[in-house]
Amino acid sequence: MILSDYLAQAEALARDCRALLDGLDPDTRLDVAKGQLNALKDDRLNALQGALRALPPEDRRAAGTAFNTLKTTIQDALDAFAARLAAASGTEHVDLTMPARRSWRGAVHPVTLVIDEICEIFRELGFTVALGPEAETEWYNFGALNFPADHPAMELHDTLYLGQDTLLRTHTSPVQVRTMQRNAPPIRVLAPGQVYRRDFFDATHAPAFMQLEGLAIDEGVSFVDLKATLAEFARRFYGATRRVRFGPSYFPFVEPGAQMDVEVDLGDGKGLRWVEILGCGMVHPNVIEAAGLDSERYTGWAFGMGPARIAMSRYGINDIRVLYDSDVRFLEQFAR
Amino acid sequence: MIVSHEWLKQFVPHTRSADEVGEALSRHCVTLDGIESLGAHLRDFVVAQVVEAGRHPNSDRLWVTKVDDGSGTLLDVVCGAPNVVTGNKYPFARTGTVMPGGLKIEKRKIRGETSNGMLCSARELGLGEEHDGILTLDTTAAPGTPLLEVLQVADARLDLDVLPNRPDLLSHRGVAREVAAILGGTLRELPLELSEPLSELPALQGDTGVRGGQASVTLHEPAECSRYVAVVIRGVTVGPSPEWLKARLESVGLRSISNVVDVTNYVLHGFGQPVHAFDLARLAGRSIHVRRTREGESLVTLDGVARALPAGTTVICDEERPVALAGVMGGLDSEVTDATMELLLEVAHFDARFVRRVRKAMGLNTDASYRFERGVDAGDTLRVARAAAALIVQVAGGEVVEVLDAGAPPAARPAVMLRPARLARLLGAPIPDAVIAQHLRALGCEVTAAGEAWQVLAPSWRHDLLLEVDLIEEVARLVGFDALPDELRAFRPGTAPDHPVHLASRRVRDLLVGQGLAEARPMPFTATGGTDTPRVINPLAEDEPYLRATVLDTLARRAEYNLSRMQGNLRLFEIGNVFTPRAGRLPLEETRVGALLMGARRPPHFSEPEPPAYDRWDARDLAERMAAAAFPGAAVQTQPRSVGDDPGLLWTVRVDGRAVGSVQQISLDKPVWASEAFGVEVTLGVMPSDDLAPPGRNAHAPAERESGATRAVTYAPLPTTPAAEIDLALLVPDGVSAETVEQALRRAGGELLEQVALFDEFRGAGVPAGHRSLAWRLTWRHPERTLRDKEIDGRRARLLDLLEQELGIRPRAL
Repeated sequence: MILSDYLAQAEALARDCRALLDGLDPDTRLDVAKGQLNALKDDRLNALQGALRALPPEDRRAAGTAFNTLKTTIQDALDAFAARLAAASGTEHVDLTMPARRSWRGAVHPVTLVIDEICEIFRELGFTVALGPEAETEWYNFGALNFPADHPAMELHDTLYLGQDTLLRTHTSPVQVRTMQRNAPPIRVLAPGQVYRRDFFDATHAPAFMQLEGLAIDEGVSFVDLKATLAEFARRFYGATRRVRFGPSYFPFVEPGAQMDVEVDLGDGKGLRWVEILGCGMVHPNVIEAAGLDSERYTGWAFGMGPARIAMSRYGINDIRVLYDSDVRFLEQFAR
Repeated sequence: MIVSHEWLKQFVPHTRSADEVGEALSRHCVTLDGIESLGAHLRDFVVAQVVEAGRHPNSDRLWVTKVDDGSGTLLDVVCGAPNVVTGNKYPFARTGTVMPGGLKIEKRKIRGETSNGMLCSARELGLGEEHDGILTLDTTAAPGTPLLEVLQVADARLDLDVLPNRPDLLSHRGVAREVAAILGGTLRELPLELSEPLSELPALQGDTGVRGGQASVTLHEPAECSRYVAVVIRGVTVGPSPEWLKARLESVGLRSISNVVDVTNYVLHGFGQPVHAFDLARLAGRSIHVRRTREGESLVTLDGVARALPAGTTVICDEERPVALAGVMGGLDSEVTDATMELLLEVAHFDARFVRRVRKAMGLNTDASYRFERGVDAGDTLRVARAAAALIVQVAGGEVVEVLDAGAPPAARPAVMLRPARLARLLGAPIPDAVIAQHLRALGCEVTAAGEAWQVLAPSWRHDLLLEVDLIEEVARLVGFDALPDELRAFRPGTAPDHPVHLASRRVRDLLVGQGLAEARPMPFTATGGTDTPRVINPLAEDEPYLRATVLDTLARRAEYNLSRMQGNLRLFEIGNVFTPRAGRLPLEETRVGALLMGARRPPHFSEPEPPAYDRWDARDLAERMAAAAFPGAAVQTQPRSVGDDPGLLWTVRVDGRAVGSVQQISLDKPVWASEAFGVEVTLGVMPSDDLAPPGRNAHAPAERESGATRAVTYAPLPTTPAAEIDLALLVPDGVSAETVEQALRRAGGELLEQVALFDEFRGAGVPAGHRSLAWRLTWRHPERTLRDKEIDGRRARLLDLLEQELGIRPRAL
């Protein structure tokens, strides 16, 4: 076959299909119309498709274009027939590509998303949620937590004071003491909450931020329990294949004091690397005694972490201030 | 704490890499913030010798030289330095070498003469500012030797995050001790590079003071300075330090000043013991008095600042006046200068709390005060003094002529008992007895068996080993936390229930997110306050020193922030705490939820291009739903404001009759295009802050849990008979509230009245002035039979009669 014959045959088939559909009785059912159309076109369409390969290579592009146009023309003619049919029968033809009538989508703050996820994992490991006041006494914030008075350890916490012995808590750890004073062991609680530091508000610091504390106290609770529970948390939070390690650290209210590092990819192209996720340790006997429990009988472990830091690395936020600005264009990115 | 890898090797000779040492420390001792390789940028440079140097034919400033770089071929190199001398050796960058600034050296022509590389100045190598000429190397190394083997700059800096419990790690010897304990190896008490033997001159001793032939020391305040060793060295020559000493200081980021001053810094960073050198000739009466200041005394410190000294501060004085801030900084007048020939070297022990007080009072933080505040080894003062003196003699000459030792070494520490069974219980895994003893001994503890336990005497540099648990931690970290098992073991559930405020917060958050609101977590401080808001007494930023009294106030500021960014469709909420001051107690603290609505009620749609804006009625519904979510099962009411209430207040939210919040119209600083803003604030609960029990006591009580039973709804059987409805349009005079009418309708409607619903309000044509038309739909239903039309008509007539009589209300004629 030569190109001009091919084009003429395609043109003829299009004409025949249109003529068929135009000539049908308007009461014809759509499936009947389709059957007649197929009977007319199928063999001729297949033949044209097969003939493409028989054409000289330089003609194939033009022929292929004609073939595609033919198919579109037939489909359009069928659509038009269907639309005439619908109009005639009184049913509305609806453009279903139009958008839904949407309602506003609410959003949970990214820091809350992280806290909720952490709480959910620890709930499965038997932890409930405890809360405590943000305005605290020096005793609950420091004294009961084994901070030596007038010692450089206090300088790890730049404190906002409300009065002589009252302050804005610098960590959620006072909740440990309040919980041990109020609830008899066994204790397994998480304490998320706002804490305060005397820091400038810049890209990496905020004078108020969320912290999340955990505490487990009972007879026979050991460092192995600490490791096992926190490593299990890390695997559920970051993924089952993540490596976890524990190294030494210092917080006056725990001993041995440790930090947990997890091997994570921060998405900066540098691949996997160890990142400190939380501080932890065995609750110091002085803290257990301060809360009115017998430290020979009861032991326990505690940890603390910063959900805002985790939210920042998880969601790729590089300036902490956007978490506070409350710009709806930021918040609504976390819409459900 | 910056630690030099090469310096560590002075105390614990080993062949491990800096990375291995850093890894060992971070796993067993201290957090490693990073390792910086020093001199790595000089790896490609070599020593080269200039064999021939002649004037450049086309320049008066340039030289054409022949350079031997050890490759076997002499290279033509053009050089612009005035100090190029035939036969001397210089640092050489071959072609292909990348300079510290990033420039790659290539073969090129300089004014017609070919140059195959570059002879370098100190500044070009990043080794200082010297740029008067190329760096002459005083070395016997053959041409071609890597430059790093000649210059003592190849090193690695370990940045250790030393926390306040471990002041013993604030020195190279201290860190080396840990390296030896972790990796094995023998700790040297003195560095390898100290070649001068320690003076064996006996120390003159006295508890409160000591007078020698050359100088005297008197301790007037033993509580603040318990020990003062003074070494007199005569005949020193103050001058530049040798290269090895300069390299040590530079490796930790210090600048070399003079041999004597450099030794004091070397001892501080090497041994952790601050040392001060006085020019003895400038100490009046050749004496040291550690005494309290008198009225009006002052001191010009080494930093050149004249400081008034508060009376009663313990300082170092000579016979007449203060000469140093004890434990913090020396004085300018008695400083060592080039002319100094006679030194009094101070190696003393100052009380940690005392130094902290002085440092804070003076606002002067130094390497010395930093160490004294955290605790310096009081058991090694005399030996460190002798080592410091020997180093000075080694680098500055002279002779130790007198050693004065005033005060007393610290009393022996009490022994601590360590029970291996307790250790096993706390760690969750037993550690063999021998391993326990071996690790503690490696740290310098004296360990002896005492029945079932070990009796442990901590070394003088470990102030932190006071309790059994302190020793357990030492063993655990040396064994390695990662070596302990980590299998999940059985646990008992806790007794503490979820905090009710947490549960309420979650329910309200779910509701609000479902309603299309976005959660905000703004900064909770406010700029304005008064007697009714607690104030932070030491705010860092004076613009927001107050704790807030309401959440809506914070949300209003956030709304303004959004409006200024052209965002007018706002649905924000926050759950957070607010504060009210209370005399003599912590502030009253409440957890509240605040919600703010403004702008379009829905996103625009082709069926509704301009959706209506939120109004007060949306806010009222939201308030009722928030209260219901926060207090499940309770009766929720929104009560209209009364006369005299704040005009911004619309409704008070009541739960079982108790006021828990409000609905408000919020006044904002807003642009003309913005809609009205409405807010809801509901208190979820009080956060008790009183002491639960005195220190050391508990107040255990059975937990109160929310029970599902209290929230149960009673099922009403579904009706089996049809309802009868009528619509009633009434002309209600202004001043009569819809609620009043509705109550009358309910009263008069009889017990079969099932529902009363207001569905229309209208003013205008057909409604007399001073009235509005309100329309209600009333539904009656008899539980057993269908109500007849006559019965409904009768009820309607009775209702209209009653409304006319009681309220003067007539039906609207249609």
